[in-house]
Amino acid sequence: MSKEQNDSGLTTLPGQLEPVMVGRRLFLRYAGAAVAGGAVLASCKDEENPTTVPSSVDLGTGDVGILNYAFALEQLEAAFYTQVIATPYTGMTDAEKTLLTDIRDHEIIHREFFKAAIPAANRITDLTPNFTGITFTDRTSVLSTAKAFEDLGVAAYNGAGRLIKDANYLLLAGKIVSVEARHAAAIRDLLNPKSADFAGDDIVSPTTGLDPATKPADVLPTAQKFVQTPLSGANLPTA
Amino acid sequence: MNLFKLISEIEQIDPEANERYSFYSRRNLIKYGTNLAAAAIPTLMATTFNQAFAQTTTAPSQAAIDVANFALTLEYLEDEFYKNGLAASGLIPTTDRTVISQISKHETAHVNLLKTALGAGAVAKPTFKFPTGTFTTYTTFLATARAFEDTGVQAYKGQAGTLINDKDILQIALQIHSVEARHASEIRRMQGLKGWVSDTSQTSFTQAGINLKTLTGKSDDAIREAFDEPLTKDAVLAIVKPFLA
Repeated sequence: MSKEQNDSGLTTLPGQLEPVMVGRRLFLRYAGAAVAGGAVLASCKDEENPTTVPSSVDLGTGDVGILNYAFALEQLEAAFYTQVIATPYTGMTDAEKTLLTDIRDHEIIHREFFKAAIPAANRITDLTPNFTGITFTDRTSVLSTAKAFEDLGVAAYNGAGRLIKDANYLLLAGKIVSVEARHAAAIRDLLNPKSADFAGDDIVSPTTGLDPATKPADVLPTAQKFVQTPLSGANLPTA
Repeated sequence: MNLFKLISEIEQIDPEANERYSFYSRRNLIKYGTNLAAAAIPTLMATTFNQAFAQTTTAPSQAAIDVANFALTLEYLEDEFYKNGLAASGLIPTTDRTVISQISKHETAHVNLLKTALGAGAVAKPTFKFPTGTFTTYTTFLATARAFEDTGVQAYKGQAGTLINDKDILQIALQIHSVEARHASEIRRMQGLKGWVSDTSQTSFTQAGINLKTLTGKSDDAIREAFDEPLTKDAVLAIVKPFLA
């Protein structure tokens, strides 16, 4: 079952509105690596054009780099929730499906917004997700992953705010981060209804009442676990 | 000092507020912020925000101090609201007390954080009044909570640009902002609403010049929900004013 989900995620590249220009050869390479191992990979290798497979994606510099950083995170979230709705976990209630469909749509809108807002010349490629660790048939696996994504997104936006130079971009990030925080609370409440977990002591400091703010250098290693394409934030602003 | 509208409101209630406020200077802020108040609060909290305000290289701008006092006033209001609610017998059902207590805890923490940071420059707590029924009818209480939380999210968001040159303070404002959004989501869902805002009076589907309706093909509601809009200080004060005694 898990294999089937993984195949599905790779084949359809969930989260994309339109067919993704990944190319059959690139897909085969990833599918081969993930599913069939060395034999398929080797058979594909000869027809592979090396220039179509970036060894690493550099998010870039300055505000555009931060926008790419946000774009990368939104791509992962959108892909994840697209898969969640495409293959609902066992026992998903109508109310849960409505809520998760809402979140999926918000994340797709965020992704498409960044895609349109970042000049094409500076924009990172569409990323290939890696959701092999997620069991999409299992409610706890899905919602726990959703919780991790949303909390990570909140902390990432909170940490990136200070790196943004343009006030317009800062406001846009602000418009999105609170929506991610709303998602986080809702997902956490699904996992443990009417408890303190929606803004639990595990995430919001009980002493200061503050959500975390995490630097890109600390967010990217976590995000990298969910994306096949290597991401580099080496040139992002740090102060 | 460029005092904003709220301060004059507070002055009408508390004639000494202006005197206290004038007494304040940037030097006092840093002095009291780092020494006096730090003794009264846990070390973690003190270091977090006092470092932000008492940066050795860059003193906080007047704009940042004004924003912090604006935020403090909102947090005073929220803090008092939840404390009164929890104290009102028979108001909050047992099933919901854990949630309300968690929110109340955060609002108290926010008040302490901001008060500590501002030190002698902190605005005094205004006297608040709440409409009849606020603490006797649970649906009214929840509706008021939702209004406060959604407004809080909009208020912090509206001030972000003002803080763009005060990086440490900006970051802390953002860290409060997302917590208010968590609260807003939870309160809304306890009311049977969605956790996100779809303001039907919002008829523009454009962000940064990009038309999201044609771009994504998603529903009007989804596009409205995907971006929380800010409120200006004046708009927030107009919402808060009825609660000032």
